[in-house]
Amino acid sequence: MNEYANRYYVVISAIVFVAIIFIIRLFSIQALDPSYKATAESNSTRVVIEFPTRGLIFTRDSALMVENKSSFDLMVIPENVTAFDTSYFIEILQLDSIQFIKEFIKAKKRSYIPAMVYKEIPDSIITKFQELQWMFPGFYLQTRALRHYPLSSAAHILGYIGEVDKNMIEKDAYYKQGDYIGITGIEKTYEVLLRGKKGRKLYLVDAKNRIRGSYKDGEMDETAISGKNIVLSIDSRLQTFGEQLMANKRGSIVAIEPSTGEILCLISSPAYDPNLLVGKNIASNYTQLRNDEANLLFNRAVMAQYPPGSTFKLVNALIGLQENVITTHSHFTCAGGYNVGSFHLGCHHNGSIEFYYSIQGSCNAYYCHVFDRILRNKEFQTIGESYTEWRNYVMQFGLGKRLGTDLAQELRGYIPEASHFDKYYGKDKWTPLRLISMSIGQGELGFSPLQMVNMTAAIANRGYYYTPHLIKNIEDLDTIPSKFKQKHTIDIDSAYFEEIIKGMEMVMKAGTAANAYVQGLDICGKTGTAENPHGKDHSIFVAFAPKDNPKIAISVYIENAGFGSTFAAPLASLLIEKYLRDSISVHQWETMLLNTSINYKTK
Amino acid sequence: MAKSRNWIANLDWITILIYVLMIFLGWINIYAAVYTEDQPGLIDFSLRHGKQLIWIMAAILIAFIILLIETKFYYYFAYVFYSIFIIILFVVIFIARDINGANAWLEIGSFRIQPGEFAKFATALAMARLMSTYNFDISDRKDLLKVMVIMFLPVVLIIMQNDLGSALVYFSLLIVLYRYGFPGWILLLGIFFVGLFVASFKISTLTLTFFVIFLASVLSAINFRRVTEVSIALGVFTLVLILSWVMIKLVDIKIELYYLVALSFVFSSIIYGYWIYSKKLGFVLLMLGFVFMSLIFLFSVEYIFNNIMGEHQQNRILVLLGEKDDPKGIEYNVNQSKIAIGSGGLTGKGFLQGTQTKYKFVPEQSTDFIFCTVGEEWGFLGTTSVILLFIALFWRLLVMAERQKTPFSMLYGYGVTGIIFFHFAINIGMTIDLAPVVGIPLPFFSYGGSSLWSFTILLFIFIKLDSSRQNIL
Ligand SMILES: [Zn+2]
Repeated sequence: MNEYANRYYVVISAIVFVAIIFIIRLFSIQALDPSYKATAESNSTRVVIEFPTRGLIFTRDSALMVENKSSFDLMVIPENVTAFDTSYFIEILQLDSIQFIKEFIKAKKRSYIPAMVYKEIPDSIITKFQELQWMFPGFYLQTRALRHYPLSSAAHILGYIGEVDKNMIEKDAYYKQGDYIGITGIEKTYEVLLRGKKGRKLYLVDAKNRIRGSYKDGEMDETAISGKNIVLSIDSRLQTFGEQLMANKRGSIVAIEPSTGEILCLISSPAYDPNLLVGKNIASNYTQLRNDEANLLFNRAVMAQYPPGSTFKLVNALIGLQENVITTHSHFTCAGGYNVGSFHLGCHHNGSIEFYYSIQGSCNAYYCHVFDRILRNKEFQTIGESYTEWRNYVMQFGLGKRLGTDLAQELRGYIPEASHFDKYYGKDKWTPLRLISMSIGQGELGFSPLQMVNMTAAIANRGYYYTPHLIKNIEDLDTIPSKFKQKHTIDIDSAYFEEIIKGMEMVMKAGTAANAYVQGLDICGKTGTAENPHGKDHSIFVAFAPKDNPKIAISVYIENAGFGSTFAAPLASLLIEKYLRDSISVHQWETMLLNTSINYKTK
Repeated sequence: MAKSRNWIANLDWITILIYVLMIFLGWINIYAAVYTEDQPGLIDFSLRHGKQLIWIMAAILIAFIILLIETKFYYYFAYVFYSIFIIILFVVIFIARDINGANAWLEIGSFRIQPGEFAKFATALAMARLMSTYNFDISDRKDLLKVMVIMFLPVVLIIMQNDLGSALVYFSLLIVLYRYGFPGWILLLGIFFVGLFVASFKISTLTLTFFVIFLASVLSAINFRRVTEVSIALGVFTLVLILSWVMIKLVDIKIELYYLVALSFVFSSIIYGYWIYSKKLGFVLLMLGFVFMSLIFLFSVEYIFNNIMGEHQQNRILVLLGEKDDPKGIEYNVNQSKIAIGSGGLTGKGFLQGTQTKYKFVPEQSTDFIFCTVGEEWGFLGTTSVILLFIALFWRLLVMAERQKTPFSMLYGYGVTGIIFFHFAINIGMTIDLAPVVGIPLPFFSYGGSSLWSFTILLFIFIKLDSSRQNIL
């Protein structure tokens, strides 16, 4: 055996060889490769996101418009589940068995991770489940906050929240899959304020994902910051009353406080219950709303482009006065309308019409003459120039451009540029007669009800307006965005405003809206009736009250309801009185409106 | 006699010191692995570190008793021990309960022991005893067969208990044969078969068959510089293969190509063998035998794997060979083990500060994966120290073995070294993904009475033998 003594060296070298390999390997794992450290950290730490409560939304009269309601989702940790009576379980929880089983099988693939197997267990079953929970280890309920709208009103203002989409996740790192975000309306505009800030807690977890303690004593934790509560300028009484009055009619009501630009109510009809776009049925309900023939999701108040009708005469009168093409003493003849050669635009007067009466009686012929004078103004070389000047004045009222309110879907409306006519008729080869219908708010004009009420507010203010807005106050900040505090002044002498307001006063007292006169409210208004190729005329009314220090300006637009005086004017009077007096005196108007249902035939 | 008293002075205190250091470090790491903030008690006999403390006390007692017993006893009773353990192993197959897929545990009341662990020292003793007999001749086939039987009988019995890891350990006793003077190529052959075993899970059996045939041919060619004959053999092989393949295709029987290869090989080797026989080319015959053996081996591996092993073991083998992707299974364990060790960095996270082991990311962290705790809490410095401690032990054991006057003590010493080294290499190797996860403990470190006691017995018998090395048996 001793002749093999050198094998001792073979053996010891083999051993040392293995040891060296181990040490090299350990050096590379432990000293060179930092990835193991990182993996160990992520292995044993779990980030638990704390979701802040979303801010509540109140009205100016302190009514709660949007609150959070907890719903209960059925969760499971599959590895804790013991054999259980599936059919009994499904029965007491009133689950859709196919859906439940599908989700449960999915959850079992990662058995130690909590998974949601059923969304929004109905409230009525919660207590029963909690009593019987001991029979089903592994299952538990987890609360989740859903939006709830106690007034079931103002859906178009508030908008809705939904799960964030991929684009948004890519754009803004704050959002993670499954987070909720405001998709339209106020929920979207004030998303950042309402959502607050997510917090996070880091925990040490063991291999089964059970929490064993806080990570680094909570040094890296961040507490969630609740979303800010906000107050909207909406008056809940006006909003809900207006919605009731607009039932079974299409159109819009918008009211503003002229001195601030605060929107008091913003109604688009037909409306829907905002509670439909909450929770697990959101997708199916959304599809249903969108596919509805009345286009329920369409916010007429800011998106519709209606012809303003005779209400637009107010603007033309002001521009005419400012441009010195007419005075308050100007008279024009109305011979059952405006006649130039073979051209005839009908009216219902006979004789010479004076300035104030042109408003009171809404004379078409008068404003054809006014518009004709504006466009033939000697101060300008061409009709294109005078038209552009006129257009600039109109736009100073916030018409035909985006006002920049806090509803993102707002559209700009439409006033054609001079080039539009140049294209049709050749450069400056067009005459006032070609666009004469614009003098009475017809033709190519298209404004939203919001723009019309803003125009009215500017008149009420005698020449300026604040961008209409819905935000009234933000919790803790006690302010609103500065753009809403900025005054927009119109280059028209305020004295001229006083003159047309006199006419508007007469509209109520003895004019086209005399039927909607309310004693002592001091309403100044203007009716409108817009011709409409698709059916009956639209009924339009704009007004403000009281005459001095106006508190409310309003525009009412009811599609296919006929004369402005018939429906729109009494409706406006009702809301103004409701707002100023918190009561109504002429109940037959209310009854009449509530009982009116306009038939919108589908083609 | 004065001699009988001076054994205490002759004890190898360095080895004993290393032993004590190891069980102490082992216990500290078991404590760290089991430790939770809720149960910080150092001595709690319901927990593993508490129990281990009892095992350690008992182990020290066992060590004392072993040292007190006369050296001659181990020599004379070597076969008796061996026979007893073979019987126990045999019995265990039938009465043991399934624990982790293995039937390797003997239960006496609430007490569980693993006879496979203890059989190691008995086998080492029996081998040493046999090989140290005066007229033992390793080149005598009868004697070689005897050694092989002693060595592999426990392997067969333990494999039947489904405890692959413990069975593999016995291969480490080949080191005893090697030191005795057994030709080195036998060991190389052993390594070749282990490699073939591993490869059979990674590479198709067909490819391996070709590889083996190719290897044998090359070896023959090198040995004889007779390229012509080898080429002829390969030619015959290919011809038979093609012919049989065509025939199979003609009669349209579904049969795996692998069997065709085997078949054609048998044909060609019969023809070739006859031709070789006439030319008396012994080595080529040997190579043919080698290829035959390889084929049989591959067949049996496949057969045993598919038909004898349970799913648990199949998975274990597949994943450790990287053949199965199973993040929550074995590979997950190895991954977690690497993460735990790797996250320790250079100096470690500090005692009781490990999160990976403490929070049970690493499986079996107090038994098979105790090295992870060392790596995570003590870092590279800790792991290297443990490795160096083992190297010191092996060096000591080999020095001691070489200074023995009797072949019995010396061969036993090599047996002890082989067994402990095998455990060391496989256990640490598996925690850092260098060796298959066969689930064998790290000597003196891992939690568990059976393993601690068996290593204590193994080691202290040798220390005792060494202490009386001046006495001639
Ligand atoms: Zn007229």
